[in-house]
Amino acid sequence: MKFLRMKPGHGEVLIAEGDVEVAEDEERLVAEFRRQLDQGLWAAVPSRTAGGRRQAQMVKAFDDIPRDAERVIFFPRAAGGA
Amino acid sequence: MLLASIAIGVVIVALLWDLLLPPAREAFERHRARRAVVPAGDYDPGRERRAEQRARELLRSCVNEEEWAMYRDLGFIRVWGAMARAPKRPGEADYDPRTGAPYAYLIYPHKPIVAFLPQTRELLNEYCVAFPDETRPYGSARLPDSDDVLAKWMALTGDERRLIATANMHLPGRQVDPKQVRRDLWRLSQWERERIRRTQRPEGSVSAP
Repeated sequence: MKFLRMKPGHGEVLIAEGDVEVAEDEERLVAEFRRQLDQGLWAAVPSRTAGGRRQAQMVKAFDDIPRDAERVIFFPRAAGGA
Repeated sequence: MLLASIAIGVVIVALLWDLLLPPAREAFERHRARRAVVPAGDYDPGRERRAEQRARELLRSCVNEEEWAMYRDLGFIRVWGAMARAPKRPGEADYDPRTGAPYAYLIYPHKPIVAFLPQTRELLNEYCVAFPDETRPYGSARLPDSDDVLAKWMALTGDERRLIATANMHLPGRQVDPKQVRRDLWRLSQWERERIRRTQRPEGSVSAP
């Protein structure tokens, strides 16, 4: 599983990577997930519906992430614009 | 006589001075500005381009093939609304009587999201929303264009209600020109028609003149 973060002036950045089946990796991913959310970011998992349509799933806790997800994308929280 | 001529001469010089001095000073300032050495700083124009390229690849890997082609060809993405009711109009207490009709959004980079009714092409609302990165790692809070589109796409397809509740809702025309949106909707319909025609045309066949 890869954690990607959108950054201004850079595009996405790989911030963590690991195998959720390995306890040590999972702990590291959980810590990084919390750190990103504490910084005020939103997290989404790109996914496919049963019909093959692509969509995103917003996740608020590490347990919400499907175990087979390949990527979690962190991006700045939405704010009302002008 | 001589004194009078000198006086007239002085007046003429004074008038011309007032008239010619400002443009002369402006021309001198312009000349100086042109020759001034501007410090380049650490701004790298290639960085923004590379960032956008990476963002486009990420967007392409996340959205549907049709949505990617739409963005590549038209510069925006249409996302179908998933709520049972189209969002309320600003200032109205009740839902639109056309509730139940399919509605959709147009996602533009760094512009408000526009909600509309595809059957009538009627514009419903503008949703002003931004994704500012306050950490400003590279001096700007602005995501690359394609990242902004992807952020809106993920937030809309993942939790439409939350994004709509977060955004500032306005009547159409506040920031995005309704004429431009209607033109984009027309372009979208032409684009879809062409796409359908292309998929229906058997490979290798030549269309009639």
